[in-house]
Amino acid sequence: MVTDVVVIGGGPAGMSAALSASRTGAKVTLVERDEVLGGILNQCIHNGFGLHFFHEELTGPEFAYRFRKMVEGDKNIKVLTSTLVTKIEDKKVEFMGKNGVQEIAAKAVVLAMGCRERTAGNISLCGTRPAGIVTAGVAQKMVNIDGKMVGKDIVILGSGDIGLIMARRLTLEGAKVHAVFEINSTSSGLRRNIMQCLEDFDIPLFFNTTIFEVVGKDRVEGVFYGQVDENFRPIESTRKFLKCDTVVLSVGLVPEMYIAPNATICKTTGGAVVNEFYQTDKEWLFSCGNILHVHDLVDNVAIEAEQAGEFAGLFTLGKLPEHSKTLFVQAGEGVSYVLPYSLFEGQGKVTLKLRLKEKVVRKTLVAKCGANILGKKFILAGVPGEMMSFEIEKNGATDKIVVGIE
Amino acid sequence: MEKHLICIMCPMGCNLTVKEENGEISVTGNGCNRGVVFAKEELTCPKRIVTTSVKTKNGVKACKTTAPIPKNLMFDCVKEIEKLRLKDAKFGQIIIKNVLGTGADVIVTANE
Repeated sequence: MVTDVVVIGGGPAGMSAALSASRTGAKVTLVERDEVLGGILNQCIHNGFGLHFFHEELTGPEFAYRFRKMVEGDKNIKVLTSTLVTKIEDKKVEFMGKNGVQEIAAKAVVLAMGCRERTAGNISLCGTRPAGIVTAGVAQKMVNIDGKMVGKDIVILGSGDIGLIMARRLTLEGAKVHAVFEINSTSSGLRRNIMQCLEDFDIPLFFNTTIFEVVGKDRVEGVFYGQVDENFRPIESTRKFLKCDTVVLSVGLVPEMYIAPNATICKTTGGAVVNEFYQTDKEWLFSCGNILHVHDLVDNVAIEAEQAGEFAGLFTLGKLPEHSKTLFVQAGEGVSYVLPYSLFEGQGKVTLKLRLKEKVVRKTLVAKCGANILGKKFILAGVPGEMMSFEIEKNGATDKIVVGIE
Repeated sequence: MEKHLICIMCPMGCNLTVKEENGEISVTGNGCNRGVVFAKEELTCPKRIVTTSVKTKNGVKACKTTAPIPKNLMFDCVKEIEKLRLKDAKFGQIIIKNVLGTGADVIVTANE
């Protein structure tokens, strides 16, 4: 098989990238391991999606449905579902699908495989490993897709968005959610989710608190929990016991890069290092969506992937703008990462995406090249849990750009 | 009376300050007009969209109310949906009309 662009992953990023790549005139093959396109959206049955992209509030499956219909209606996109990519090497994608193991030769490959949840092992959760320890996404799939409950008395570790959403979902399904523990002093979830998922149901959220130990032989019987100090070490004097049968983990997401070729990885995001065209250090390999960096909102994933897909399409047609001098972009004071990691010297505006290291109130975000100020943005209140976009002027930048809080 | 709310109309999550003086409600901190509508309703009759799943022959399918319904009816709404056993459920199909007299319908949202 031969095509111009292979997009790997049929979630919101992959579908959006496939559509925009196709609009450039390139031939696209979209590969998805599940039976149906949509990715994680299919199990995110809550509302709150689509406000930026479709200017309408949708649930996850509805958002996926709209994209799927557009993809299926596009003659330039060939969709391969129930197909698992096993290798990506030198513009060749090897996959296993309905007709066995096959290979597609492409001119460009877009990585859009999303992210994975961190597990009990990833966070070195102490105690036993009985049944009843699940990640929030697994709990979500069990309840919303398989129609099975995970337990009756629930404790949630971590206040990421999926954990908050599942607190509400499990409560509506008749379970008692006793508490949400967050090891940090702020939540990594959206403020609106704390309000409509926890406060609406009187579910307590404890900050600077974590599970010290899980107790139980065959099934979870409870947890020892308590406060942590500034180095996240347990304060033993605060140790308490809480009876429960289920521990739901919402402790972060990691880009799913294990199948990707040896692209340079950013240690902070866990995703590939890309330039302003979303190219990795292999010029034919593009990356976007949650495999590049974990987003808060699917709308932002779709918008980012739309850009990346267009660049990938243009690349295969030889229409990508000439690379001029590379200007590296560096995270400065108070900023944990900035994307893209480099720009090309030239004119015009470019939108950077970044996350803060810690909560800031009434500070200014500044992008500088030497003493030259390329952009400023006032932050009324910003938290690490919410990704920020920052428009800067490229004009005047001739060297490394530093983005930081002043 | 002054109350602080977080707007849930979109993921921006604006910090709203709602003041009530002589029966007049004023809202500040909102990024758009939907924040004003939300804050006023939150003080008088808070409403939420309910999203849950409905049982079918082969498992469950996602569904939602087509409009926000009074917050205190959320559990009753889920109970109404739990009573159903659908043979088939198509995307967008209405499965309960005017649920609990709220004016909102319950529709299937599953991407199939």
